[in-house]
Amino acid sequence: MFDRHKIPAICLAISLTVFAAGCNKRSAPIAPPPPMAAPAPNGGGSTPVAPAPAAAAPVVAQFSAEPTSILIGQSSTLRWQVTGDTSSVTIDQTIGTVQNTGNRRVFPSQSTTYTLTATGAGGTTTGTATVSVSEAPGPPPSTGGAGMGVPRAATGGGTFEQRILASVQDVYFDYDQSEVRGDSQAVLTQDATALKAVLADFPNAIIMVEGHCDERGSAEYNLGLGDRRASSAKDFLVQLGVPADRIRTISYGKERPQCTESNEQCWQKNRRVHFSPGQ
Amino acid sequence: MKKLVWLASMAAIAGSGLFIVASQDQPDFVGLIVNSQRPKMAIADFRASGGGETLMSTFNQTLWSDVESAGLFQMVSKSLYPARIPQQPADFQQPPPPATGRPKRGQPPPPTTGNGLWIADWSGPPVSATYLTLGFAAVQNGVFVVRGFVFDMRRGTPSEAQVIGKNYLGSVDEPGARKTAHEFACDIIAQFGGTCIAGSHIYYTHQPSKLGSKEIWMMDADGSNPRQITRFNNVPGSTFVSVSPDGGKIAFTSYAKGQPAIFVFSVDPVRDLRFYNQAASVNATPSFTPDGKQIVYASSAPDDRCCRIFIANLDGMGFRPISAPGFIDVEPKVNPKTGTQIAFVSGRSGHPQVYTMNIDGGNVERISDGTGEATNPAWNPNGRTLAFAWTRGYATGKYNVFEMDVVTRKYLQLTHDEGRNENPVWAPDGVHLAFMSTRGGTEQIYTMLADGTQPQKITSQGYNSNPAWGK
Repeated sequence: MFDRHKIPAICLAISLTVFAAGCNKRSAPIAPPPPMAAPAPNGGGSTPVAPAPAAAAPVVAQFSAEPTSILIGQSSTLRWQVTGDTSSVTIDQTIGTVQNTGNRRVFPSQSTTYTLTATGAGGTTTGTATVSVSEAPGPPPSTGGAGMGVPRAATGGGTFEQRILASVQDVYFDYDQSEVRGDSQAVLTQDATALKAVLADFPNAIIMVEGHCDERGSAEYNLGLGDRRASSAKDFLVQLGVPADRIRTISYGKERPQCTESNEQCWQKNRRVHFSPGQ
Repeated sequence: MKKLVWLASMAAIAGSGLFIVASQDQPDFVGLIVNSQRPKMAIADFRASGGGETLMSTFNQTLWSDVESAGLFQMVSKSLYPARIPQQPADFQQPPPPATGRPKRGQPPPPTTGNGLWIADWSGPPVSATYLTLGFAAVQNGVFVVRGFVFDMRRGTPSEAQVIGKNYLGSVDEPGARKTAHEFACDIIAQFGGTCIAGSHIYYTHQPSKLGSKEIWMMDADGSNPRQITRFNNVPGSTFVSVSPDGGKIAFTSYAKGQPAIFVFSVDPVRDLRFYNQAASVNATPSFTPDGKQIVYASSAPDDRCCRIFIANLDGMGFRPISAPGFIDVEPKVNPKTGTQIAFVSGRSGHPQVYTMNIDGGNVERISDGTGEATNPAWNPNGRTLAFAWTRGYATGKYNVFEMDVVTRKYLQLTHDEGRNENPVWAPDGVHLAFMSTRGGTEQIYTMLADGTQPQKITSQGYNSNPAWGK
């Protein structure tokens, strides 16, 4: 039962926990509500509720393209961040619905202004980012003599990223395996040739070898398996003469699938090593 | 009183070790009393005066849910309760003495029921309660005060029957109503030999949309109060969180700095405590030793070929390898009772299986039997039962939650093919589990009891996975 000796302690607790109001006299014991004659009303009393304050429209904290100028065939990366009460974010030029914060690589074939539209309870906000696209300069005329080195443009122009995309192909693995199987060896051999050329043309660049897995294993184990696939591919490339210090490996486990269907065709596409520019 | 002693001692056995049900061939070792043998608990609705009325719906629902989910009682439905609900011991009335002699003409017959004010109204049918919880609330000096009582209905008089009578204080708002309900429920559960999980927290991975940033969040054990902890805002993001034994720190894996690496954060306040990652393509799946002073983790060090199990100080220094090189070894979990044994996942014999080894790397033993794939091991606080995800009996990638006694190798299947069921983790009471399931279409977090009953969905927005249960 209610212990009188506990009253000072309860008063102290009340003071400490909720209000600083003094409690230096003994409070009356609380009384129960009167016994019910009729069933008690449902909760949620009759005090009027003030209307919620109007929500503010979403804020486009960032919407930018980097770089803002590219050569035709190159890519730019859109980055955006929308804050506030937001129910949908879309970007035009066929990009469509995106999450509130993210980035997307785009390959416009002509100068393009992208418009981001963020909609929320408080209204709609837009932002724009423009990518200027210009024609690549043509290759210099051939010098035609012996003993001259092959002009760089003749091996294929473009950025490091574009060269990788065009000439270094993904390789695929069997389920729960990281060994480079037969057909993948052929592809990796071609990749080694392409990589040596690209890395020679871009002396400071690093290649990322990404290891990926299909959706079925656990995320934890797939992080490990993806790493083994990447290191397995790297070993193969290094044996063929690609400089090891120009290659880094990273595993994305099953976090970055190419496709999401639950069938072997998609699963095989995801059990892969992919090449991308390193930092 | 004798029955209470029996109950408490059985619950103590259940809490401290394994509780083998009578039938020999039934692998039921989960530390729960079979439902039909549990005592019956009735919980009357509490009402309030003085301004607390609007909070009582939350209070009553929270109190009921907490007591029910402890797995200690058969809950008696409120639809069976009598019309009048006593609010305090003084409300109980004694039935009048039986009439003697002939009833006088014109006198009404003696009442046969107190309509709720007699103990017999609750201990007899249809309620047939063993225990009754009742009380009331009021707002006094700006404080929400709850007076809670529990009665043992097998005693004759209210004063003999009272088992708990206590005050609970909270703020005059929904969190205050929940807090007082959690505290009262914890006292009831403790009174009957259980360990309370109300007030404990679940940490987890939250993703607002597929391919969005994964961040670490936390919530109460019933799914309320979700709040974000990490804000790296990168993709793929942060995941695989584990909690320190004292509940004050989390360790997780994040791509925030490029390569998957380990971070150790304090939780209150949220602060990066700076973990030294070995130079390696991957450092991942960290967890704490039971003394909270060391971290075990998986790393592809030194040659970027994942992964060996390492142990290090809380700041990452003083690292040394534990498992042998050459295999994919991930997800180390130290036995919380002994501190000298590690469960982990390894592909050394083919597909991933669950293994144990000593903390010095010796005595490697495979625990799962080699069929299918076994992953996500989690130790029960009893240090003897491992929960894990296993594809046993199903297609590749179709996991169910199993638990196994690592000594006898007896096991129990807790989920049954409703989607993928992975990442089981134990609550501090050793009786509840949280896990991820796709049974509703997307990855969400559920809780259930150690015998697989009472599954409850506790997340709903976005994609939620990889729970860890801490204080």
